[in-house]
Amino acid sequence: MLPKDQLSHVLKDKFPESFLELTSFRGMLTVHIKGAAVLELLRTLKSDPRFAFNFLADVTAVDHLELAGHARYAVVYHLLNQYEARRIVVRAWVEEEHPSLPSAVSLWKTADWLEREVYDLFGIEFAGHPNLVRIMNPDDFIHHPLRKDYPLQGRGERDNFPVVERSIGSRWKAGKAFE
Amino acid sequence: MGIEQSGKAEWVTTRLDNFVNWARKNSLWPMPFGTACCGIEFMSAMTSRHDIARFGAEAIRFSPRQSDLLIVAGRISIKMMPVLTRIYEQMPEPKWVISMGACASSGGVFDTYSVIQGIDHFLPVDVYLPGCPPRPEAVLDGLMLIQRLIEGDSLTHYRPSDAPAET
Repeated sequence: MLPKDQLSHVLKDKFPESFLELTSFRGMLTVHIKGAAVLELLRTLKSDPRFAFNFLADVTAVDHLELAGHARYAVVYHLLNQYEARRIVVRAWVEEEHPSLPSAVSLWKTADWLEREVYDLFGIEFAGHPNLVRIMNPDDFIHHPLRKDYPLQGRGERDNFPVVERSIGSRWKAGKAFE
Repeated sequence: MGIEQSGKAEWVTTRLDNFVNWARKNSLWPMPFGTACCGIEFMSAMTSRHDIARFGAEAIRFSPRQSDLLIVAGRISIKMMPVLTRIYEQMPEPKWVISMGACASSGGVFDTYSVIQGIDHFLPVDVYLPGCPPRPEAVLDGLMLIQRLIEGDSLTHYRPSDAPAET
């Protein structure tokens, strides 16, 4: 694994258009990159022997609606090098209009369900994903509820079910028995 | 029951309602619908330490078609609500519903888009158990409240002519 300044140079040379910055927090390095180039970056981090991040630990996303950032959404990849026990974070920034970036399923099969979760909750599409459908919310759910402009209490989804009445009309009512 | 000691009585007189209610209230067949920690607490209430067989409700069935007491234990998400409704509709009449714990009764602390704010919005609930989760004693108390409810019931309540008119 390269030290931070060398890593920064390597990535800047390889992705002159897309590389944004390399930050570090308590020793954890984070590579910021434009969403369109994220697949190439992940492939480099996986197959280049200098990095060898062979394991995809997590894919999630952050909505920077009212936070400073390079764009509105950041898709966050947590990678693990199991040979040297090192970790790195990749933040792929995608724009608000039709957020989309290439899928990582071709590199790690575990990205399948993780990307479906991001799609379900944030509405970020992954081009090339084999089965990009909702994984948590009901299939007929309309919005993407983890977006920050979606109200916490929803838009009436939780109130929209048929009411089952007591099937027998003059059934003894609960309140009456305990008077 | 003491009847054996009362001489040679081989028969008793009673009202049919009382007899049927006596049989029903002492042989409740619960169907637990456990979706969260209340389900774990319900398992504790099922143990020999609390001896729910005293109330004749120890025969837990995980088939709604074999049970007459639905115990909803835990928060119900919008994805689970159609399942719960289907299970309730599969249970044969007469049937009763216990809403166990804060989440099933009101949504609890989960005031979010995905959690039903009380199953009584959509299902007829007979007894609510407060608590997070309710102690086993509360489960037993809820069971006894259901028994009191059954005591006041009558077969005449189930005549088809009492059913609401089709609209």
